[in-house]
Amino acid sequence: MTISFLLLAAITIIGTAAAMSLKNLVHCVLALSLGLVGLAALYMQLGAQFVGFTQILVYVGAVAILAAFVIMMTRSANPTLTNAASSFRASGPLIAVLVFAVLAWATISGTSAQPILTAAPEGSVGQIGTALMHRFVLPLEVIGLLLTAALIGAGILAMDEHRGTQHRGKQ
Amino acid sequence: MFETIDQIFVLIKHWLLGYVPGALQPISSAILSVVPVIIAFPLLFAITTVLERKGLGRMQNRYGPNRTGWFGILQPMADGIKSLTKEDIVPRTADQLVHFLAPVVMVIASFLVYAVLPIGRNMVIADLNAGVLFFFAIGSMVELSVFMAGWSSHSKYSLLGAMRAIAQMISYEMPLVLSSVVAIMAAGSLSTVTIVNMQAGYTGIWPHWYVFTPWGITGFVIFMIAATAESNRCPFDMPEGESEIIAGYFIEYSGFKFALFFLAEYLGMFATSAMAITFFLGGWAAPFSFLTWIPSYVWFFGKLLTLICAFIWVRGTLPRLRMDQLMNFAWKFMLPLSLINIVGAGIWHFMPAGFTRWTVVSLLVVLSCVLLSRGLRRNKWFHVRTYRFAS
Repeated sequence: MTISFLLLAAITIIGTAAAMSLKNLVHCVLALSLGLVGLAALYMQLGAQFVGFTQILVYVGAVAILAAFVIMMTRSANPTLTNAASSFRASGPLIAVLVFAVLAWATISGTSAQPILTAAPEGSVGQIGTALMHRFVLPLEVIGLLLTAALIGAGILAMDEHRGTQHRGKQ
Repeated sequence: MFETIDQIFVLIKHWLLGYVPGALQPISSAILSVVPVIIAFPLLFAITTVLERKGLGRMQNRYGPNRTGWFGILQPMADGIKSLTKEDIVPRTADQLVHFLAPVVMVIASFLVYAVLPIGRNMVIADLNAGVLFFFAIGSMVELSVFMAGWSSHSKYSLLGAMRAIAQMISYEMPLVLSSVVAIMAAGSLSTVTIVNMQAGYTGIWPHWYVFTPWGITGFVIFMIAATAESNRCPFDMPEGESEIIAGYFIEYSGFKFALFFLAEYLGMFATSAMAITFFLGGWAAPFSFLTWIPSYVWFFGKLLTLICAFIWVRGTLPRLRMDQLMNFAWKFMLPLSLINIVGAGIWHFMPAGFTRWTVVSLLVVLSCVLLSRGLRRNKWFHVRTYRFAS
């Protein structure tokens, strides 16, 4: 429980809390990315560099940008105040408590069932790479196939439509 | 003797650390590593602005700045004072906080990536296990600050500029990362220091840099093109064409905030160039075995300045690309070519050393390059452009 942990935890909690409570959607995205950066820093503090960097690369670099793009493209440049949050005011905390309970149960029962690792894993990136290429090679390939299919699907969705359906163009 | 000069900064740091009490040593060690970098690279930025303006001026048959100081050498000072004393205008409808934070986030992200750059022998702030990943992860934070700047200005021009810039940066991040994968594969490590060390050594007088292999030169060229686009420089300066398309995401910024964007952009250019040096040009190693007596940091900055001069040269030579050409180039040419290049690096790794693997991998890369460009040119015809309103 060091100062750096408290600081990072505060950043994470403030960021995610602001992401839920702010009115302006773009502010929400920015606050969320702050929370995700704090989370990544927490991972790095635990010695999981690879997970932390991937967190920043994927969530701040891709997901937050994607969310920002979606907001910019689906709304006007100045998103109006939304009251979408109010309709979930009752069910939100309930779901949050349920998810927290499940996670807490899993964590507590998990640690009691398994002995705590005595030696900290070293060279984590290399180990992750080796594990992915040997033990988890099939899931890796499946995920690769899925992502390729998603990429091709996105390409087809975005493709110029006038080639095969010219007569339908001016309806 | 040469050893001492080579390690002089490391020795000075350790000498200074000797005067610090033990409890404060980690933090003062960090400060002593970070402060020189934070001083050196903005200084390089100042030198580069003069070099760029003088060089571009010469290419355009004019003098460039020559009034401040000796041959205009004090021009960056004048620029700095000018931007500090300018009025800082914030649009009335702008989102004040985000508008303020955008340049700050951008400069912080640009400085953070310097943590993993090996500037010389034993001269790196943090030798991270996943240093390359850190570099690209922090680099992706720049896009967020671009979005913040474009959106918070509450102006259609800056929003459009931000969309343009982010689309371009995301598109060119793909070839940038994929072309660096070959160096990571060859070195077998994500640590920048290890990648440099794996390129050490000489055959005769020639170094073992990755750029002297078929996949290395291809990766280097793709990396440099993508780096040009990532740092929004000509011919990929769509995000900030000042005169023709109303600049870009920073149109509503003035004074020192604008200067911060300018600084961050150049810092990004230096960082990606330094990464290209690390991946393909042997880092701080000397180019010939008989020149190893020159200190490592001199070689690093020499290579960096060479690449910067190449950037300036390209900017003075090439016209700007159109947006669709830019996107087509990234997704249809650079991306497939960098993927094929990865395959080439794999073949290189598993074939026995010698003339055969040179031929095979070179053929693969050159053929795919030719076929790709031929394939993309099909169904397109080029003719003299006619202008509707200016003929």
